Amino acid sequence: MSDNEPGFETLAVHAGGAPDPATGARQTPVYQTTSFVFDDAEHAASLFNLQVPGFIYSRLTNPTVSALEERCAALEGGVGSTAAASGHAAQILALFPLMHPGDEIIAANKLYGGSINQMGHSYRKFSWGAKFVDPDDPENFRRAASDKTKAFFIESLANPGGVVTDMAAIAEIAHDIGVPLIVDNTMATPYLCRPFEHGADIVVHSTTKFLSGNGTAIGGMVVDSGTFDWMQNDKFPSLSKPAPEYHNLTFAETFGELSFTIYGHAIGLRDLGAAQSPMNAFLTLLGIETLPLRMEKHCSNALSVAQHLSNHAAVDWVSYAGLETDKYYALGQRYLPKGAGAVMTVGLKGGYDAGVKLVETVELFSHLANIGDSRSLVIHPASTTHRQLTEEQLSAAGAGAEVVRLSIGIETPADIIADLDQALARANN
Amino acid sequence: MEALKYEDSYVKSILADVKTIAMVGASTNWNRPSYFAMKYLQTKGYRVIPVNPVVAGQELLGEAVWSSLDEIDEPIDMVDIFRNAKAAGPITDAAIEIGAKVVWMQFGVINHEAAARAEAAGLRVVMDRCPKVEYARLNGELSWNGFNSKVISSKRRKL
Repeated sequence: MSDNEPGFETLAVHAGGAPDPATGARQTPVYQTTSFVFDDAEHAASLFNLQVPGFIYSRLTNPTVSALEERCAALEGGVGSTAAASGHAAQILALFPLMHPGDEIIAANKLYGGSINQMGHSYRKFSWGAKFVDPDDPENFRRAASDKTKAFFIESLANPGGVVTDMAAIAEIAHDIGVPLIVDNTMATPYLCRPFEHGADIVVHSTTKFLSGNGTAIGGMVVDSGTFDWMQNDKFPSLSKPAPEYHNLTFAETFGELSFTIYGHAIGLRDLGAAQSPMNAFLTLLGIETLPLRMEKHCSNALSVAQHLSNHAAVDWVSYAGLETDKYYALGQRYLPKGAGAVMTVGLKGGYDAGVKLVETVELFSHLANIGDSRSLVIHPASTTHRQLTEEQLSAAGAGAEVVRLSIGIETPADIIADLDQALARANN
Repeated sequence: MEALKYEDSYVKSILADVKTIAMVGASTNWNRPSYFAMKYLQTKGYRVIPVNPVVAGQELLGEAVWSSLDEIDEPIDMVDIFRNAKAAGPITDAAIEIGAKVVWMQFGVINHEAAARAEAAGLRVVMDRCPKVEYARLNGELSWNGFNSKVISSKRRKL
């Protein structure tokens, strides 16, 4: 290509996916192998010393997985990525270079319920803390921060509440106190929102959702912008001080803007072991080729459904940032101008019972715990995904008893609406 | 500060034209960045001549270490500077003096005045980059570690 920047659709098809150098295969091959031979002992030593790039073992790097990493980095406008076995694994991998026992993150209280559980409970086993604050007022992050704070964590578009956060304002506060802003961009995808353009430093994904797009493969991704200066303070010794586990090599000095991603592979994946399988990376690469087309259709279908439901007699309210009446419409226009995504929450007048009845009577919709499939999906969070949360956490996360979450697929919009209408009619009886 | 931007075609032509590199600030310590770069560039077929007065006379990766650029008794195509921005000034002048064709300053090393002098003397200049990283990026090797090479092509890459 010329020296001009390729467009998003071109990157979605091509980035990381050049023809295979060994065979000329045009589609990225599935390198289903655990290990890679060394040329000689010297080559092996150079690889283990991180002095030359190359493949050693698929827990660290694998050609199919790296193709996916490069594609995600290109789509987000980042410098590099580390793939993980799942979105949850990606969150741990993103924090691993930053955190030591006793450190903490400040996270939005409007997050996917699974993330709140992971951060609020399991992180404690590493002696990592998590404080949750209402992101509607960005200053809440500054108020909660301490000298143990190592990162802020938000979702660009929160699951399931349809909450859009003022990312640029939160990024500014993070940089004031010298920590990175980590943004979970799963619900928006880089097609709708590119957090690095709004000051974020690290992006995490559950690639399981819209990136893979067909409900085939579990996976996660950590993308680094390469712009955060790890040497600016003493908060991040894993990157800015000599690493005893690597013969006192200093990652930030040796690898510059690449250091966070090198650490993610050389230490994060090496020791945590949550690598993505080549087959899942292949399926996700296939999915991403059509991401722009699917996201357009997801968004236009979701807007039609949201408009229809907001005038429906059985519906109390609809939370979808694409509706002009929505609390987050203005922020949505700023951060997600191409569309407010596929996911919305709907408050049913019939409460908990109506929610349970609805998920049991839909025909086209699938009742399951996922979002971002090409198929329309529905779940009643209070009786499923968010079951472990307290009443207070449920309402903060936008998942009260009367709430159902819809992930609108790419079917014919009239068929989606007809299925909801028949199910709502029966749920209301 | 605005990030420096170099077209891929410009960097590619430098890496293709250059054969012999004098590396100023080369370290004999195996886990210093310059050692990584020197070792890598050697495996790609470049002759790398280390310059470092502190360890002059010693051997580094099979090459004798020189104490300054003007002592080296063979033609140098490119001077790669592993020193800070201030030191890069006189090193650039020495590079012009010995007839080098390219001055390359490493990550974080930016000296616009020195660059202007070099360009006025007909040299090509790259600042705030690493030739190892650029070589790996442009040849697809950086992609192996999940990095964004920014190269889009449907041509088969050479192995």
